[in-house]
Amino acid sequence: MWIKIILVVVIVIIGLLLVRPPSGDRHLALRRLFMVFLVAVAIISVLIPQWLTWLAHLVGVGRGTDFLLYALVIAFLVFVSTAYRRNALLDRKITQLARAATLAEARAQDAERRAVSVDPVADDTGVSKDS
Amino acid sequence: MSTAAPSHQDGSTIDDVCIVVPLYNEAPVIGGVISQLRERFCHVVCVDDGSTDGSAAIAESAGARVLRHPVNLGQGAALQTGISYALGRPGIAYLVTFDADGQHRIEDVIGMLEMAREKDLAIVFGSRFLDNRTKAGWAKRIVLKTAVWVTNKTTGLRLSDAHNGLRVIRTDAAKHVNLVQDRMAHATEIVLQLARTRLPWAEYPVEVLYTDYSRGKGQSLLNSVNILVDLLIR
Repeated sequence: MWIKIILVVVIVIIGLLLVRPPSGDRHLALRRLFMVFLVAVAIISVLIPQWLTWLAHLVGVGRGTDFLLYALVIAFLVFVSTAYRRNALLDRKITQLARAATLAEARAQDAERRAVSVDPVADDTGVSKDS
Repeated sequence: MSTAAPSHQDGSTIDDVCIVVPLYNEAPVIGGVISQLRERFCHVVCVDDGSTDGSAAIAESAGARVLRHPVNLGQGAALQTGISYALGRPGIAYLVTFDADGQHRIEDVIGMLEMAREKDLAIVFGSRFLDNRTKAGWAKRIVLKTAVWVTNKTTGLRLSDAHNGLRVIRTDAAKHVNLVQDRMAHATEIVLQLARTRLPWAEYPVEVLYTDYSRGKGQSLLNSVNILVDLLIR
């Protein structure tokens, strides 16, 4: 059965894409091409419904609707994997942002403490002297 | 307890070491952990990872320099923030990573630092499996041994314990650490990044104190699944 081979190969590719380190631009381009492809397929399916059944028979699937189901499962897997990726990337950015904010705050506090401890008048009052 | 206790007059206080403690919701124990650390160390940096139980205030009044994450990010993220901060401070020769839940012993830190100085080591990893002092349950043993196996496979080092929060890292080695694993998988990532520096390292036998408190919060079997997935999928 052709369909089994196709499905397994595609699922394996999705799995490999998930493990591979991300490359932003190529990923985006692939996603956009995939969208264009989906739109084309949708239009063809509306205009020539028999086309799906013909394609299904070609790869050894009984009905066009079954074939559509398989395609949906694959599309869903692709969606899950790209969403996971984007989420991880977003998490990383949030971490960097939060760390930058934390370190900036710490630096400001340290500078303040230094100013207070260097200043002999402010030492016991806790208020910095103005010049 | 006073925050402004430089205690340079106390000969036993170590001032070229910065202790980095990632902190998340450990209010019952963090006060004791910090004040014990402050007895021996001048610089204790505590990175509060968005605790909601007032841990940060307790750590601060116990004498730690507390940095606050605006939101909870994970232990790895807190550790990296602490390391970045410590590296920016003048006069620091070694960083020590130390867990907030009170499972590490100060004597072990002192011993590890002595070993690092004597043998000119850049990295000393604490290991609970070099002797039989630490009493871990079988489930914990399986999780930890799996972590060790994965760590050794990915890093090429031969460690007897991974995911032990106690490490001594000289500043030249710490500069090469850039953790992007926010959650628990950072423990493997830090070994990987330190291994890449090719600086001299060793393990030091430490005792991990499993109290009822730490047992209640420890890593579960399911957590090891998270660690594996985090390491595999980036």
